[in-house]
Amino acid sequence: MTPAQRTVELRGGALRIRVLTAGGGRPLVYFHSFHDRGGWPALLDRLAERYTVYAPLHPGVAGSEGVETLDDVLDLTLAYDELLTALGLAQPHLCGHFFGGMVAAELAAVLPGRVGRLALIAPLGLWLDAVPTGDVIILPREELRAALWKDPESEAARRWATLPESEEENVAAQIESIQRLSAMARFVWPIPDKGIKKRLHRISAPTMLLWGDADRVNPIVYGEEWQRRIKGAEVRLLDGGHMVLHESPAAVADTIARFLG
Amino acid sequence: MKICFFHLMPYRFLPDDFETRYRSVWVDVPHSLYDAEKTHGLYNEFLDELEFAEQVGFDGLCVNEHHNNAYGLMPSPNLMAATLTRRTSKAAIVVLGNSLAAYNPPLRVAEEFAMLDVISGGRLVAGFPVGTSMDMNFAYGINPATLRERYFEAHDLVMQAWTRPEVFAFNGKYTQVRYVNIWPQPLQKPHPPVWVPGGGSLETWEWTARLDYVYCYLSYFGYKRGKATMDGFWNAIEKLGADDNPYRAGFLQLVCVSETDEQAERDYSAHVHYFYQKCLNVWEGFAEAPGYRTLKTLQAGVQAQIGAQARKIRQSLDWQKYLEQGYVIAGGPETVREQLLHCIKTLRVGHLMVLLQIGSMPKELTLKNTELFATKVMPHVRDVWPGYTDRWWPARARGGNGA
Repeated sequence: MTPAQRTVELRGGALRIRVLTAGGGRPLVYFHSFHDRGGWPALLDRLAERYTVYAPLHPGVAGSEGVETLDDVLDLTLAYDELLTALGLAQPHLCGHFFGGMVAAELAAVLPGRVGRLALIAPLGLWLDAVPTGDVIILPREELRAALWKDPESEAARRWATLPESEEENVAAQIESIQRLSAMARFVWPIPDKGIKKRLHRISAPTMLLWGDADRVNPIVYGEEWQRRIKGAEVRLLDGGHMVLHESPAAVADTIARFLG
Repeated sequence: MKICFFHLMPYRFLPDDFETRYRSVWVDVPHSLYDAEKTHGLYNEFLDELEFAEQVGFDGLCVNEHHNNAYGLMPSPNLMAATLTRRTSKAAIVVLGNSLAAYNPPLRVAEEFAMLDVISGGRLVAGFPVGTSMDMNFAYGINPATLRERYFEAHDLVMQAWTRPEVFAFNGKYTQVRYVNIWPQPLQKPHPPVWVPGGGSLETWEWTARLDYVYCYLSYFGYKRGKATMDGFWNAIEKLGADDNPYRAGFLQLVCVSETDEQAERDYSAHVHYFYQKCLNVWEGFAEAPGYRTLKTLQAGVQAQIGAQARKIRQSLDWQKYLEQGYVIAGGPETVREQLLHCIKTLRVGHLMVLLQIGSMPKELTLKNTELFATKVMPHVRDVWPGYTDRWWPARARGGNGA
């Protein structure tokens, strides 16, 4: 599926957010994480069969501009509130993976009335000294592959890790990767504990926490911590590592759809 | 020509298999490898070496700032500089420098540099590095995305604190101070000379050129590879329409002098190898946090001195290659003179900094290198740039116009 794309200008052009869209039905906004390239994982094709899926690229990533005007997570959250308004979305469902899960949770916590249901895939944002989240922003390619995937030798993992053939494309891909990581690292460097723990109690949207059963980056103990802090949140474990949405896209899509209704 | 003695203060006692057993000399190098008793001796040897350099005629003594590492034991170069102000009386004290973004508030730098300038009788050169990614983003936790913005703002605050006559308010994004009014003020007016050590970022060239500061390239890849970086700086100067005074530039070169070329290899080879294989063994993940270098610099394809690519290059090196590729200028006095002159002229450098204590080099050998350099090399490279005025040198330091 090739999603339609548009660029939404906010704040008099200070922010220009690229949004990919496909499907039909109740609106669902998906926020990506550090290692989603292109902004439209296969998971979204499946979700687009039941929902109108909106996938914004974070400011500073792949053509979305203006990240330098945002100082912190609150700035980013308010910018996304303005984006939802610009897209005419009153109360969409929100979904997000890791960094994107944090963004979705922040929106739901800061503006509880803004969100329908909330499906978070291994969200980032809490910190346990005894079990630090993996420093995946800086891992070199091979170590990263071993950390992200339950089976680093799986076809999906290999495909993900394959470098472009030409030197020119390779350099471009590396620059894109550095920019993408940098744009998100801006909000969570050097430790992702930026205050969401003080806000999670505000979330009123029904919430599901979806986790890969072999997530080595953001271990399941974090799922338990999120569940403890969000009233009524349920946890679903699926077969996969940190990249569970790429490893088991059908199961993830089904689980999300069953939860969202 | 100004010639400075640069000291990194490396930890000399890393195990032989360090680079194969441990992933990084920086950031997470375990302190089980560190021995405080030995380090007590090291600091005192290093300071002896710096003081000796003044005695044998060097114009300046350089110290710098690094954190979490066995590469250089100087988290606070100002402490080293402070001891030098009391034990020396002629050489410029070149602190290269204080990583501005790391200080909160950055006024601390304005204050300490002012103290050093006053105690030393106006011999301070104030260095303002952005700092390496290992130091700033990893050891000190500063956000790579905003490091440079923080640095530029801190610079503005420090310069204003040194030069504005009145008490003023500073409403920055990173620092807000209602009453800026540092005591003491520096002795040199309007302020100590400013040198900016850089690793080849485009923005730093342009910014340094625009503000009329000295740009210093601290290169471990030697003058042959350093040429691309220095050319970048000189292009920035040309674009700005400024003059090509070689004193606008500083360059660090590793140098080993012995009686003969053959003796130089016998004397120094192991220590140079220690430096390149152990002291520069930085894990790829720590070499550059995403966002440390700007998009513009990345697109310009400026190569980093550390990280995976650099490691591959380093691992293939031996004594001959260090020399051939210009990483180290080494040999008998004649060889060193000839190559050093070539380096100075090719790069158009008025402030030469030489690293004469390298890696695991012990004190006796460092003093030998320093003395041979001072007596057999220095006199021959002194007069390279007649007719140019060094506007970036403390007037009261050796070689200054008020000394």
